[in-house]
Amino acid sequence: MSELLKIEELSAGIEEKELLHGITLTVDEGETHVLMGQNGAGKSTLGSTIMGSPEYTVTGGKIYFGGDDITEETADKRAKRGIFLSFQNPIEIPGITLSEFLRNAVEQVTGKRIKLWEHKKTLKKSMEALGMDSSYADRDLNVGFSGGEKKKAEILQLLTLKPRLAILDETDSGLDVDAVKVVSKGIEEYRKTVGGTLIIITHNAKILEELHVDRTHILSNGKVVREGDGQLAFDVLAEGFEKYIGEV
Amino acid sequence: MKQKTQVADIDRSLYDFRFDEDENDFLDSGITPEIIGEISDEKGDPDWMREFRLKSLEIYNRTKMVEWGASIEGLDIDNIVTYIRPKSRMNTDWDNVPDDIKNTFEKLGIPQAERESLAGVGAQYDSELVYHNVREEVAQSGVVYTDLESAMHDPKYADIIKSHFMKLVPPTDHKFAALHGAVWSGGSFVYVPKNVHLDIPLQSYFRLNAKGAGQFEHTLIILEEGAYLHFIEGCSAPKYYEAGLHAGCVELYVGKGATLRYSTIENWSKNMYNLNTKRALVQENGRIEWVSGSFGSHVSYLYPMSILNGRGASAEFTGITFAGEGQDLDTGAKIVHNAPDTSSYMNTKSISKSGGKSTFRSAVTVNEKAVGSKSSVNCESLMLDNISRSDTVPVIVTKTDKCDIGHEAKIGRISDGAIFYLMSRGLSEEEARAMIVRGFADNVSKELPLEYAVEMNNLIGLEMHGSVG
Repeated sequence: MSELLKIEELSAGIEEKELLHGITLTVDEGETHVLMGQNGAGKSTLGSTIMGSPEYTVTGGKIYFGGDDITEETADKRAKRGIFLSFQNPIEIPGITLSEFLRNAVEQVTGKRIKLWEHKKTLKKSMEALGMDSSYADRDLNVGFSGGEKKKAEILQLLTLKPRLAILDETDSGLDVDAVKVVSKGIEEYRKTVGGTLIIITHNAKILEELHVDRTHILSNGKVVREGDGQLAFDVLAEGFEKYIGEV
Repeated sequence: MKQKTQVADIDRSLYDFRFDEDENDFLDSGITPEIIGEISDEKGDPDWMREFRLKSLEIYNRTKMVEWGASIEGLDIDNIVTYIRPKSRMNTDWDNVPDDIKNTFEKLGIPQAERESLAGVGAQYDSELVYHNVREEVAQSGVVYTDLESAMHDPKYADIIKSHFMKLVPPTDHKFAALHGAVWSGGSFVYVPKNVHLDIPLQSYFRLNAKGAGQFEHTLIILEEGAYLHFIEGCSAPKYYEAGLHAGCVELYVGKGATLRYSTIENWSKNMYNLNTKRALVQENGRIEWVSGSFGSHVSYLYPMSILNGRGASAEFTGITFAGEGQDLDTGAKIVHNAPDTSSYMNTKSISKSGGKSTFRSAVTVNEKAVGSKSSVNCESLMLDNISRSDTVPVIVTKTDKCDIGHEAKIGRISDGAIFYLMSRGLSEEEARAMIVRGFADNVSKELPLEYAVEMNNLIGLEMHGSVG
C-alpha cells in the first residue's frame, strides 16, 4: 500500500515550550492506526499539528502527505488535500447552522458548488445512518449541543467531507454507551463508503473492537516510546500504560 | 432568489460612481438668513414654514455643539452646501426622470425592486425627491405616500403637516435638529388610514450625489388606529474627499393598536457625517419595530427614540453597526415608558475592525405612571482585532419600582480556536472570519427583508475582504 502520511523527526511546541520531540511515524493509505498515551503525552498536540493548528509551532522535522511536504501549509489547504481532524472539544459557532456550515465546507473542500436540495438530501441520509435527529441540521453549529451531540456532529462532518485521512481525537470520550455505538457506526460507515485512512486517539477499547487496527503507537512525554500491531492497543488498555512505557 | 431591492453587487464601486453636477445648481454654502430665505423662495414655502425655518436658524445659532461622543471636528458646516437646486421636479413617471439621475437609481436597482416587491417607492437625489410612486391598489385603500413638500402644499394635508412637523423632534432638541428645521428639503409623507394593512413595504431611497453637500430630508409617517406598515429606508453616497453631511429627521406617529416596522440599511460613503434624528410616538397597544443596519459613514450619531405613550404600547429595536477603518459609529436607541404595561426590547450587535470604533448607547426611562412596564436590553460587541474599539454605555432611569428592567452586555473577540476549527474544514482564514461575523449578525439579518439580509451579508463579506494579513 502506498504511503499517505509520513512524519519525520517532528518537533513542535507552544512558544518556548517544546511538546513533541522528534516524532517519526508513517501511515499507509487505508490503514487504521491508534495513538495512545497518558494525559499530557502529546497525542492531541500531534493530531492538531498534523492538521496545521497555528497554536503549535513546528520547530523541527517534516510532515508529508501523499508525498508532498505540507509542514508549512495552513489548515484550510491541508483540509483541501483531504486531512480531517475530529476535535476533542468542537467549537460553538452561533448563527451558522450545521447544515449551512457543512455545505460551505464541502464546497470549499471539493471546489464545487452544491445545490441546496442535493446537500440536504445527502445530509439527511448521513444523519439517518448515524441515528441523529434531523432537526440538528438546522441548529447553530454545536451551540447548546450536549457532549455526545457534538461528537456525533463531528462524525457527521467526517461522513460528509469524506477525507482521505481522518484523525479522531478522543471522539469517544465522555460518551454514554449508545453514543459510543453511534460513533463506532460512523467510523464503520466511513471505512465502508470512503475506504479512508484513520488515526484514532482513544482511551477506550470499545471503539476499537469493531475495527481492524493495523498499528499502535504509544506516546510518552512527546515521544513515540513503543509501537506494535493492533493487539498492542488492547494489551495497553487491559494492563495500563506503566508496563509499556516503563520498558523503554 | 428574489431580486434585491437595493444593491445588486458587493462591489463598492457601485456606490462610488457619480455624475457631475452643474455648479449653478448650488446655493451658496453656509447658513445665513439669506440662504434660508432663498430655500424658502425656491420651495414656495407657506408663511408658517418660512418663519419656522428662520426660527430654527436662530436656535441653531445659539445652540452649542455636542461635546460628548464621536468627534465631528472634520465637519465644516459653514462650507456645507445645504441646498442643491434639482434638475428635475418631482415625477411620478419614471421615464420623465433625467437620465443621469435615472441611471443612478437603476444602478442601485430601485425601479426593478419597485416592480417586483414594493408597494411604493420614493427616490431622493441630493436635496429633492425626484420620483415618487405608489401602486394603484395601495392608493385606493386611502394610503398616501408622497413627498413631504407636495403634501405641505396640498390643502388636503397641509393642516396635518403643520400640526405634526417637528413636533416630536423640535428644533430645540439639539443643534442638528435646529439645522434640520432651518434647511430641511425633500423627504416623504406617509399616511395609513384606520385598519389598513399594507402587506408589502414602502421604500424610500436617499442618494447624495453632490460633493460637499448636505442632505436634510424629513420623513413623516402617520398610522391611524389598527394600521400596519413596513417602511424601508436606504441611503448611499459616492465617495468624495470633501465631507458630506446627512442630518435627516424621521417622525413616526403610531396610532392605537397600529404597528409600524421601520427598516434602515445605511451605507453612506466613509466621509459622511450621519447625524440623523428618528423618533416615534406610540399610542395604546401600538407597536414600533425598528430594524437598523449602520455600515457606512465616517461618523454617526444615531439613536432612534420610541415614546410609549399609551397603555400596552411596545417597542422593539434590532440593530447592527459595523465600524471599519476610520469610522466612529455612535449608535443606540432610546425608549421612554410613559404609560402602564408598556414593554420594550432592544437587541443590538456591533462589530469593529481595523481601528474602527463602535459605541452603543441605550437609554431606557420608565416614568412614574409606567407601572407594570418591562424592558430588556441586550447588546453584544465583537472586536475583530486589537486596534479596534467597542464601548457600551447603558443608562436606565426608573421612577417607579413596579417595573421589570433587564440589561445584558457582552463584548468578545473571535477566538483563534474558532478560526482553526473552520479552517480545518477547508475555509480560508478570511472566509472563516466572515462566517463567524455573519453568524454573529444572524439574528439581526433574520429581521431584515430577505433581499436586505442578502445585501447585509454581502456588505459583511465586502467589509471583511482583505481583513487578513
